[in-house]
Amino acid sequence: MNTRKFAIYPYLLIAPALIFVILVVFVPVFNALLMSFQNYDLRRPSAIGFSGLKNYGSVLADPIFWSSIARTLLWVLFGVGFQFILGFALALILNQHFLMRGFVRSVSLIPWVTPGVLIGLMWRWIYDGNYGVLNDLLIKLGVCDEFIPFLAQKSTSLPAVIVTIIWQGIPFFSIMLLAGLQGIPSALYEAADIDGAKKYQKLFFITIPSLRNTIFVTTLLRIIWVANSVDVIFSMTEGGPAYATQTLSVYIFNKANSMNLGYASTMSVFLMILLSFVAVPYLRSMFKKH
Amino acid sequence: MKTHTHPSMTRANKARRKLLRIITFFIPLLVLLIFLLFPFYWTFVTSVKPTAELYGETVTYWPKNFTGVSYVKLFKEFTFFKPMFNSFVVASSTTLITLLVALMAAYAFSRFEFKGKRGFMIMFLTNNMFPTVLLLIPLYTIMRKLGLLYTPGSLILSYTTFTIPFSVWLLNGYINDLPSSLEEAAMVDGANRTQAFIKIILPILVPCLIATGVYIFMQSWNEYTFAVMFTNEKNRTIPVALKNLIGQLGVQWDLLTAGGIVTIIPVCIMFFFAQKRLVEGLTAGAVKG
Repeated sequence: MNTRKFAIYPYLLIAPALIFVILVVFVPVFNALLMSFQNYDLRRPSAIGFSGLKNYGSVLADPIFWSSIARTLLWVLFGVGFQFILGFALALILNQHFLMRGFVRSVSLIPWVTPGVLIGLMWRWIYDGNYGVLNDLLIKLGVCDEFIPFLAQKSTSLPAVIVTIIWQGIPFFSIMLLAGLQGIPSALYEAADIDGAKKYQKLFFITIPSLRNTIFVTTLLRIIWVANSVDVIFSMTEGGPAYATQTLSVYIFNKANSMNLGYASTMSVFLMILLSFVAVPYLRSMFKKH
Repeated sequence: MKTHTHPSMTRANKARRKLLRIITFFIPLLVLLIFLLFPFYWTFVTSVKPTAELYGETVTYWPKNFTGVSYVKLFKEFTFFKPMFNSFVVASSTTLITLLVALMAAYAFSRFEFKGKRGFMIMFLTNNMFPTVLLLIPLYTIMRKLGLLYTPGSLILSYTTFTIPFSVWLLNGYINDLPSSLEEAAMVDGANRTQAFIKIILPILVPCLIATGVYIFMQSWNEYTFAVMFTNEKNRTIPVALKNLIGQLGVQWDLLTAGGIVTIIPVCIMFFFAQKRLVEGLTAGAVKG
């Protein structure tokens, strides 16, 4: 009697969370798959119905889809790449002893708790082509001699939104890597000192190898988040000018906003396939531990 | 900084080390901090400048004339209290629901061995695989069919897509750090498992629950993608209201920056209190090999 009750107990405990996750994640994912095979445009409700692989064909023939994928790759590569480099630099700095270290660490995390929309809008104002502070600074420093409309021209808009996403992601990388740094046994460094190792040698032969797992997991997680991010770009440029900042997530969001849900679902299936190259290794590394 | 001198260290050597520390430490720290904090400074300065100065001939780095006009206008003309209230309702409901169901599941995963445990745990991780926009589309049609569209309920439900799985993992980590002998001792004394959990584990877990709660609250408070599609004029949340300050005729930057400052102050205050425990919990998963 007692043992039977014991066996049901854990299932009862996980049931509510499980029901939620099934209802809001697994059912929708299944629905999205179904919708990707349908002509599903809420502006033309009478025409909703299954259309086989039609959406898939149109998506693959859509040049904007392909250019959005290319921009997503640049967005993730440069965005996450510099988040990592600068976040690592910040972590190395915060791992040293200095006055007010705790305060500096807390303050440097603020970008991480700021809403993405607000981040986009704050930077949009900084980049402004008429009254923007960045333009004023660049002119005062003699870098350029007239105001540049950073977000309004094709050549500068993608780099400008990438700088913004870098800014957003530095704190997350730095706290994860800082925790990793604090876990490295100091005996390793002491042994290296006895052998006369130089600073950069310690960095490349002790610090980075010891952080391998942290770097791996954090980078994968960050890639997933950055690839999924819509709010920063949308509040800065809505994907423009002339698609110059439209990543795949933003393209899908724009299509969903205009109620072409079938087409948007098909594209998000492609996005899911792309993301699985990162998500599957991430999941596997999480399971190895359990 | 270390101030003691090694006998073998010459004066020139000391000066060189000092210079090296400035180049490899203070300058990078300063540059990074300016980069990370300047946008907030600029947002604040913009919010307290009079319009004439804001759109004047020269850019001023400290307002010549301080004014609180934009804050007054934000709350009076744009009734910013409403989106704040809506965001508060959505974020606090999401937090409470998530904490309750995630805590139960996390406890089960931490303390019991049962059939299918691994599979169930996997289900709480795979949500990372699904793009936000992929969930957005079917959830929109589901909310429409359920009649939940344009109600706070639609946001609370959709936010659990990312808050529940995440909180299960975070809380699971916290509970794993507590020895199970804690409850076992109470159970020997005649308490059943639920009583032991409530009397022994729950009080110890309070700081961790606060940290997790703050994180859930922050995420719900900040979310935009679902919020913009699932709300209308009546129940729009802060991020949507902020974005809507961008009108056909351009942006009212003084109002927008004032709104930004008002938005981040509550989350910053909460975050500073919960920070230590939250960072510990977040990093534990990635750091432990």
